Amino acid sequence: MSQKYMKVERIEHGTVIDHILPSMAFDVLRVLNLSSDKTMSILVNSHSKKGGKKDILKFEGVELSAEEANLVALVSPHATINIIVGGKVVRKFNAEAPEVVRGILTCSNPNCISNQNEPITTEFRLGLDEGHRYVCTYCERDIIDVAKRIDI
Amino acid sequence: MRHVISVHDLSVEEIINVLDRAEGMLDIARGQAVNDCLKGKVLGSIFFEPSTRTRLSFETAMHRLGGGVIGFAGTEATSVVKGETLADTIRMVSGYADAVVLRHPREGAAKLATEFSAKPIINAGDGAGQHPTQTLLDLFTIRQEMGRLEGLNISLVGDLRYGRTVHSLAFALSKFGNTINLVSPEGLEMPGEVVEHLQDSGQFGTACHSPEAVIDSTDILYVTRIQKERFPDPVEYKKVAGKYRIDPELVSRGPDNMIVMHPLPRINEILPEVDAMPQAKYFEQAFNGVPVRMALLSMVIGGD
Repeated sequence: MSQKYMKVERIEHGTVIDHILPSMAFDVLRVLNLSSDKTMSILVNSHSKKGGKKDILKFEGVELSAEEANLVALVSPHATINIIVGGKVVRKFNAEAPEVVRGILTCSNPNCISNQNEPITTEFRLGLDEGHRYVCTYCERDIIDVAKRIDI
Repeated sequence: MRHVISVHDLSVEEIINVLDRAEGMLDIARGQAVNDCLKGKVLGSIFFEPSTRTRLSFETAMHRLGGGVIGFAGTEATSVVKGETLADTIRMVSGYADAVVLRHPREGAAKLATEFSAKPIINAGDGAGQHPTQTLLDLFTIRQEMGRLEGLNISLVGDLRYGRTVHSLAFALSKFGNTINLVSPEGLEMPGEVVEHLQDSGQFGTACHSPEAVIDSTDILYVTRIQKERFPDPVEYKKVAGKYRIDPELVSRGPDNMIVMHPLPRINEILPEVDAMPQAKYFEQAFNGVPVRMALLSMVIGGD
């Protein structure tokens, strides 16, 4: 019996986001909010050579900007971004958590004025410590569970 | 100085500047001298939530400096009940007035107001968030009574979890170098970020569940209300509230120069018998809201 086995194909031109925290690929997709009719591959809980598991996203024909790539760090701080041209990695960099995030997230404090019907855009600033926490500009509270606060 | 939103925004120099100016205005606040530096100016006083001391002391401060006040206390007779946004209310009031004092039940409301106001906004309390003018009058009282703002042993007592006053005060005191003790019932402890800040700045004293444990070394006993609604079980509330009742016996066990402060309103956490003791400073503290707010108004409206 022939074994039919389909692996995710390598891409010729586009972006691979590697080392996404396991099961976070769909949150990364939400935060990127890409509108593309090109092929997209999603690997969830794939085995990592470094041990453990990871998710991988591949976008054919889409080259992420640094700004877009950094949004990935909101939900998966140690992801790596690979830009592929002609089947080869031409650029590789780590997603860096953005200093300021406008829109995209909602405050986890239900009593924050930004959760009311006011004509404002939410804004969060990266905390000064290494805890990868975001602080609401309005209520000054830390946002709890950033991935759950994506609102696009 | 433009907006006054959060104690975090104020430098030590700015705080001292306000306190010095307030000290120079004590006679005017008491009605013993006259000053009309804000004559012809209008303060917008918009209170979406109940307030006694804050609202009245702001209005008194404005009147004492020769200015006028417009505004509302409660939203029943305003367009807010028709669904008007805070942004639109602020746009409108800031068109009428030279500065706007805002109290609002939502955290971050004052910050939002700054984005829609062409005039200075003064935060008079936003939800469980900031109440910077209360902090300034607390600091004014401490300096007035103790002669300094540093090297003091301050015990914050009561509901440290939800009380906005104690959060702001802890941050402000840490700008000067003090030892801060945290005394609260279980479940109403100071939020982690405030404790961490005190620890990181080397100003954390001790955290405990009984005022008796810290009274011997306390220079300032800062008492806050324990709110009944925080307890699902009324029996548990009574038990806890009883443990945090400040009585003359406890007060007399503190150092000779210890003072007792409270942002008010108090319910029964300080017994009325304490009022007559020389340590009780909470009514002076409430009065100090007038000179401190006069100082702020003269700076934000007077522009100097």
